[in-house]
Amino acid sequence: MSFRLEAAIGERGFDTAFEVHDGETVAVLGPNGAGKSTLFALAAGLLRADSGRAVLDGRILFDDRAWVPPHARGVALLAQEPLLFPHLNVVENVAFGPRAGGASRHDARGAAERWLGEVDALALADRRPAQLSGGQAQRVAIARALAAVPQLLLLDEPFAALDVAAAPALRRLLRRVLAKRTAVIITHEALDAHMLADRVVVLEGGRVVEEGPTAELLERPRSRFAAGLAGLNFLQGRTTAPGRLRVEGLGDVFGVERPEADAALAGEDAVAVFRPADVSIYRPSEVPHGSPRNAWRAIVEELEPRGPQVRVHAATPRATIVADLTPAAAAELDLGPGSAVVLVAKAAAVAVYSA
Amino acid sequence: MPASAHPERRGYSGLPRWIYIPATLGVLFVLVPLVGMLARVDWLNFIPLITSDSSLAALRLSLETALASTAACLVLGVPMALVLARGPVRGRRWLRALVLLPLVLPPVVGGLALLYTFGRLGLVGRWLDVVGVQLAFTTLAVVMAQTFVSLPFLVVSLEGALRTAGGRYEAIAATLGATPTHVFWRVTLPLVVPGLASGLVLSFARSLGEFGATLTFAGSLEGVTRTLPLEVYLQREVDPDAAVALALVLVVVAAVVVGVAYGRRLAGAVSA
Repeated sequence: MSFRLEAAIGERGFDTAFEVHDGETVAVLGPNGAGKSTLFALAAGLLRADSGRAVLDGRILFDDRAWVPPHARGVALLAQEPLLFPHLNVVENVAFGPRAGGASRHDARGAAERWLGEVDALALADRRPAQLSGGQAQRVAIARALAAVPQLLLLDEPFAALDVAAAPALRRLLRRVLAKRTAVIITHEALDAHMLADRVVVLEGGRVVEEGPTAELLERPRSRFAAGLAGLNFLQGRTTAPGRLRVEGLGDVFGVERPEADAALAGEDAVAVFRPADVSIYRPSEVPHGSPRNAWRAIVEELEPRGPQVRVHAATPRATIVADLTPAAAAELDLGPGSAVVLVAKAAAVAVYSA
Repeated sequence: MPASAHPERRGYSGLPRWIYIPATLGVLFVLVPLVGMLARVDWLNFIPLITSDSSLAALRLSLETALASTAACLVLGVPMALVLARGPVRGRRWLRALVLLPLVLPPVVGGLALLYTFGRLGLVGRWLDVVGVQLAFTTLAVVMAQTFVSLPFLVVSLEGALRTAGGRYEAIAATLGATPTHVFWRVTLPLVVPGLASGLVLSFARSLGEFGATLTFAGSLEGVTRTLPLEVYLQREVDPDAAVALALVLVVVAAVVVGVAYGRRLAGAVSA
């Protein structure tokens, strides 16, 4: 049940080609307004494109001439809010899809109970949606979507409206039900991408800016968004020599070519990626010399406590770079917003590869 | 739990105190005339007055026609509200203004409009006349007059309910494989039952009290088109005691309808 969509909507600046292979789960990442929800609305038939086409399992969902209405697409949508029908109890909610598909009352109920069992929510069968917690309601919403036997399942930030305690159990549940299923999930969490998705697509400004297998993409991001999601510092520039990158406003950035296969030729666009833990902070008067390293003047913008560490956001002329320090080191340096500092990153800790 | 059942008694209302003066005046303005009417009722002859043949005929006709016009409002008004609230309609504002026109139109004018449309010489009526159908001055005309003035009440309250509910449940239902018709019956209608119920109550109450349009388009034939308000008006000239007694009947019927509908709604709001 592969799915392929190419569509453009002029007024939203949306112009995207998107593909999901049979049995694959794809995570769609991107900043707000990137077009993620537009992509879903197009796939589900809740929005019409100016031009383009979508094909699910060989069936045309829309093209320049045809347009299949939402109910005939076999595309189920799971929203941030569970949106259980408030006038139906849990089992009736789950039976809604089968009933709409023409199943008898008895058969639909049987199917509903089976899917409720699948998501460990059979005990809730007779409850009203108003009597469920957020996590329980989303569980039932998953069962309801699955009971419609969709060929493509779209999940729009299914954990966004849940409290932190309820998300892990639901994430495990989704990992189980999404295996072997053709599905797309919108998320803001690297964890979701790692746990649930085989492949990641990054949307920005209505276009796909990056895509690839989840682990690879989050380890070697090629877009600022993916780098931020993976918690990595990210600089874009042009290669001047092996492992060396000229970044506007920062001068030459020294690193190592990693992986070798992705080495950029001189003059090519490349990126430098490094972990916040590999950035040290010095007073401008105390910058050390020695092994090959990068040093950038910066102004501290913000200090953010993160568990046993302090994350320092510091603005360079080019980009904000983050560094993780111990609270003791941060106190010793007397850091605060506005402090002038020098950020230092060893060349060995900076990966440089082609963009 | 008395505390949670009446949270408004504990919370800070934020109302300036002087607001209670005009509010009280308003309540009195509605209530005192009712008391005035009660004081005028001839209680000794009350039962014979309201059970006279003409009174019973008028009461029965009123209830029947009001029910029929409420049903007509349901059949015509629900689709109108849906199209206004959700349909991809151009010039929605103009269409809505047009639909709501009977709300601000004097009922007599509505009656005239109906008469010159469906009367024997009217725009549509002359063609109906050719096939032997005459609408004006029949019981059906009463129902039409009532529907004409009551329809906006149902449309307005249902459209509001539909807008408040939004279309998100319908979108989800569609992606679960439900056709638009299935969604209409199983999702949209059940979700707006409270709005629909209050719209129906308002329509029924408006139909029950209809006078001007009915008199103009349907006349005042005993047992055929003379509804309770017409009977009250007629009796006022010849038998004021009967008029007051019948007026009280109208008040009671209206109060019962509104009480039952809103009472149930309040109970529903608490249990939900």
